[in-house]
Amino acid sequence: MPLPKFEYLSPKSLEEALQLLADRGEGTHLLAGGTDLLVKMAHGHLKPRAVIALKQIDALGGIRFDPGKGLFIGATALLDEVASHPDVKAHFPSVAYAAQQTANVQIRNMGTLAGNLCNAAPSADNAPVLTAMGAEAVIAGPKGERRVALDRFFKGPGQTVIEPGEILTAVHVPVIPSGFGTSYQHVSPRGKVDIAAVCVGAMVGMDGATCKEARIVLGAVAPVPMRAEKTEALVRGKALTPEILEKAGRQASEEARPISDMRAGAEYRKRMTAVLTGRALKQAAEAAAN
Amino acid sequence: MVLLHIIVNGRGYDLQVGADPHQVDPAHTLAYTLRETLGLTGTKIGCNHGGCGACTVLMDGVPVLSCLTLTVECDGREIVTIEGLSPPEGNDLDPLQRAFMDHGAFQCGFCTPGIILTAKHLLDRNPSPDAETVEEALSGNHCRCISHYQVVQAVLAAAGTEADRDED
Repeated sequence: MPLPKFEYLSPKSLEEALQLLADRGEGTHLLAGGTDLLVKMAHGHLKPRAVIALKQIDALGGIRFDPGKGLFIGATALLDEVASHPDVKAHFPSVAYAAQQTANVQIRNMGTLAGNLCNAAPSADNAPVLTAMGAEAVIAGPKGERRVALDRFFKGPGQTVIEPGEILTAVHVPVIPSGFGTSYQHVSPRGKVDIAAVCVGAMVGMDGATCKEARIVLGAVAPVPMRAEKTEALVRGKALTPEILEKAGRQASEEARPISDMRAGAEYRKRMTAVLTGRALKQAAEAAAN
Repeated sequence: MVLLHIIVNGRGYDLQVGADPHQVDPAHTLAYTLRETLGLTGTKIGCNHGGCGACTVLMDGVPVLSCLTLTVECDGREIVTIEGLSPPEGNDLDPLQRAFMDHGAFQCGFCTPGIILTAKHLLDRNPSPDAETVEEALSGNHCRCISHYQVVQAVLAAAGTEADRDED
């Protein structure tokens, strides 16, 4: 079943890709793994005039880890590469876990982590924990490179700060500081066969039993993955006792602004936000202790 | 003239990119090319938008959805379809194919090629999986005849770890 016709372009360098993007203008779309773009084209929601494939650009591929600078996940790095990369598993276990929990085997062999962020679904598995960890999008454009922290990257369902003419080249994840731990938690009523109904990413800094810093990001309960700032303030400076975790969960569910849809009702999403926030904080604190 | 060189089931094909009937248009998916250009109709197109897994083929050894793969992106790649699983000469079936028949792991059989190829990759990586690992690996392959229970049994049988099923 052929898709709607389009001009296919396969540049070898980022400069060439940016030039093609500028030349072709409106109606030009970028293709990495294709697991979102081709679905939209198959459904007829999107009829690109031109498609610029990014896979032939070596500079956009691969995963690099530097103990000082952190992790760089290239725009065309596959979800399976992220999930199975030894440095990601060793130094950023929640990043590897979130990639591993995304979709299924086939999609992880085709889709990219960067594409999961650019598609900007509120439920994107890879967004919450990366946002909590202070990861940033590295974006190239006609005027050079800029970096945008992920908590300012998403603008709405399917919308990001990426401007026409720009290309997300990599995702940069800072090194997790000593004494900090991370966690990703998610739930889907239909298990592996559907996207998350609620997902939570957390990073906490611990001083013994006391939480000195916390970043909590809720997914699929608002138009964009959202920081639960009141919940962060609530746990800061406190020992993460079962009582505090329960309070934090309640606070997070108050901050969440879910809708009801075919996947879950708003009330279910609020309750699961509470449960998953407690679990994420607990697991992140345990990871911080190790 | 842009040429694509694609190896399918061990045989090399040089395909021209273009708009003529025998050529590959950029809008052609690998599933379309396999079926309509190369005549390999063992690959099935179910939902045609990446939801069902019926069109799964192995690309460089790993399962991908051929309905969401552009053929123009397959230059230099090695594809295995269900036709390539057992050698064309003789009557040898892959142990997975044999096990699926022995366990009645299908009714209509439409999803079977994709399931068997996904399972093939699992057993290549993990020769003795437990039932949960099989279920996880096959979570991207859907069967509307509800043959999933027999499918898991068949994969475990092909791996020789059928006893794991009794622990459920």
